[in-house]
Amino acid sequence: MKKTTLAVCSIAVLWVGPQLAVADPDDDQLVINEEISIVTEVAAPAHVENLSTIYSGWRFRSDETQAVQMDDFDNPGMIGVENALVDWDTVEGTAGQSCAGCHGAAEDMAGVRAVYPKWNEEKGLVTTLEMEVNNCREARMGADKWKYTGGDMTDMVALISSVSRGMPVNVAIDGPAQSTWEEGKELYYTRTGQLELSCANCHEDSYGMMIRADHLSQGQINGFPTYRLKNTKLNSVHARFKGCVRDTRAETYKPGSPEFVALELYVASRGNGLSVEGPSVRN
Amino acid sequence: MASGVKPRVKVPKTAAAGETITIKTLISHKMESGQRKDDDGNIIPRSIINRFTADFNGQNVIDVTLEPAISTNPYFQFEAVVPESGEFNFTWYDDDGSVYETAKKITVG
Repeated sequence: MKKTTLAVCSIAVLWVGPQLAVADPDDDQLVINEEISIVTEVAAPAHVENLSTIYSGWRFRSDETQAVQMDDFDNPGMIGVENALVDWDTVEGTAGQSCAGCHGAAEDMAGVRAVYPKWNEEKGLVTTLEMEVNNCREARMGADKWKYTGGDMTDMVALISSVSRGMPVNVAIDGPAQSTWEEGKELYYTRTGQLELSCANCHEDSYGMMIRADHLSQGQINGFPTYRLKNTKLNSVHARFKGCVRDTRAETYKPGSPEFVALELYVASRGNGLSVEGPSVRN
Repeated sequence: MASGVKPRVKVPKTAAAGETITIKTLISHKMESGQRKDDDGNIIPRSIINRFTADFNGQNVIDVTLEPAISTNPYFQFEAVVPESGEFNFTWYDDDGSVYETAKKITVG
């Protein structure tokens, strides 16, 4: 009897071990420009089965990196937003239209980022913001498409995100979008590459741990487009997906492919309740 | 020739006499170091901002020499004592000879 108790004790001690190795997200609070309060921690939505709390990637970054995002002047991602504001008012294409021609002020796009990717009834599929920008450019403006992960495109998405900052991410996963969401979920849990890693292996099972010198986040995309200090530019969601899949030593899907659109919908839905943060700053 | 270069400055609009204020500056610039090679193996020529100065009413506040190791979009934050109302003048010097200038007024009241 005594022996059994001892055994139980040592198991309990053993269990503490790995817990201590986990460096949880910090307790810092994000307020941008002393004005926009950002929700960086919230109870996980019901459809996220294996997490109880979801955290923005901001909470996993060092204090120095966090500070860069707290003031728009310091945030280099805002340079992209400024560039996009020029494009917003620029007439391009055969129809003599600009973004502003239909949509008015960029601020009127508030709330849009929060609900994308979203079911597009006319096209009969789930579309991302990038796809909608190109829809507009081709169909309404008669202008050339932008490259899916190009600078112009990512700047524009950053502009559209910036006016929704502070609003909760709320992508729909039911109704016509459900099959795409299921497909994205399948991809999230599928191991790829020579390293045989799925998204979940790092971002669900191991968040908070160090992956070499990097503090693993939950892989939330509420902060995209993201200005990364490592490549000094705004990065789109699909470019980041590509980087992650490549790091598992797999052939990746293409940015803008149906697979990545499905994955974006699923990953975005895992962040339902966090605030839109883009353009965010990460390492 | 660097493209898309745009200086940005954040200076408080007002201050008390003799107050120390914080100034933030950022210029969007690619800061090509001259150490990198293109796809054909040719060296990409150096193109950086090599000097930055700030003056207040003609008096120099800060004069910075920038080196190739400084990254894209150089950002400077520094403090200055403001004895009177006046104007800050900020100047960035590009390797290609371009000079970018911007000015901000501050009122002491």
